[in-house]
Amino acid sequence: MSKGSFSPVIAGSAVTNAAAPVTPKNIPNRGGAMNPSVDAIRAQFPTAIKRAEVTWGETVIIVDRTQVHDLILWLHDDATQKYDYLSDVTAVEFRDFEQPIEVVWHIRSLPFRRFLRVKVEIEKGSEMAVPSVWDIYKSADWLERECYDMFGITFAGHPDLRRLLMWEQYKEGYPLRKDFPLRGRFSRSEQLRQALAANPEARYSKEELSIADAFEDLPEDMRRRLGSGERTGE
Amino acid sequence: MGLSPRPDSNIVETTGDEPWITTKLDAFVNWGRKNSLWPMPFGTACCAIEFMATAASKYDLARFGMERQAFSPRQADLLICAGRVPFKLAPVLRRIWQQMPQPKWCISMGACASSGGMFDNYAVVQGIDSIIPVDVYVPGCPPRPEGLMYGIMMLQKKVSNERSKDKSLRNEMEPDAKSQLYIAPSVIDEVSEPFGNSVHQQRSGL
Repeated sequence: MSKGSFSPVIAGSAVTNAAAPVTPKNIPNRGGAMNPSVDAIRAQFPTAIKRAEVTWGETVIIVDRTQVHDLILWLHDDATQKYDYLSDVTAVEFRDFEQPIEVVWHIRSLPFRRFLRVKVEIEKGSEMAVPSVWDIYKSADWLERECYDMFGITFAGHPDLRRLLMWEQYKEGYPLRKDFPLRGRFSRSEQLRQALAANPEARYSKEELSIADAFEDLPEDMRRRLGSGERTGE
Repeated sequence: MGLSPRPDSNIVETTGDEPWITTKLDAFVNWGRKNSLWPMPFGTACCAIEFMATAASKYDLARFGMERQAFSPRQADLLICAGRVPFKLAPVLRRIWQQMPQPKWCISMGACASSGGMFDNYAVVQGIDSIIPVDVYVPGCPPRPEGLMYGIMMLQKKVSNERSKDKSLRNEMEPDAKSQLYIAPSVIDEVSEPFGNSVHQQRSGL
């Protein structure tokens, strides 16, 4: 596809003779029809899937950490799957400390009208790293940054893995982890001191400024800081 | 048909019997200030929706001389902080306050801006009075327009009682670490153990 051209994706276009979709009713808590992609994955990656289950009509597969990137890449590229839409990347930590942390990818195939939830379990104590899917879906950029910010999970291969919601100098840890205290690790006055020490104007590089033309009109100290390539406050 | 002279072109002779008043300068200046407070809305949450309702036609803030909403802090008298302020926004709010010219006032609208409200967590400032000085706190979650207007009228009363002789009103002090009055955050933590106070709360056991 050449740059600038745009081809719309028609939902359900790959399903032949499909009836109009209806909202299913009376979905059981467990069990039901499994997403046909699971069998195709089992044929393609015999050792990848650890478990597969259907919860509230949605298929969940728990896969091997080392194969998850290849698996999602195959689901995205294969003509019989066409999972072209990544709707979420997030993580779950359970209150039970022995239970592993789960990283969750929600992927959707618009042409086949399929939805698949891919999970990877990270055992407590093991390295908190999973492969990034940024090279497959560009929408993974901020989703993975948020997941890194909140859970401290490193996405190997992400081009710019910085904090997204908390500021970049945030030192207290990862707020959505179960061992994180609700009010943070520092006292209120220390939190406030650190927050006020940030310089809001120094948080942009020269290139990020939408008023790059007006660079010469900026105050002297700001020009000096941005000119020396400074990005962040502190 | 010739041009007739404009009716107001006649020069009025001053005869010395025009009405005039005497008053104190403070009373006159304060009367002007309190009836032309230009608000700068700093809306971050649902309180801002209620502020919009207050400013719109039914409740009509223009009756209080607030016809003009200043969306630049440089042309504003009154900062209305409507909504919760996360720590990430704290330096921004402080910078906006510093950019406002004197005289300036601040209304903290709603529970979150005044005390952190229900957001007693790692991300939210527990009351904007730990960043900037606040004149009037309006309670409510969010406050009704009547509540905000009551707060504005309280502020007007406060403005009308100001005296230009009191220079300390307009002093803007940065915390000076060399001053004898300066209390380091670590000392505040120590003396406010174990419960903390409204501004400096200790972390919970959770």
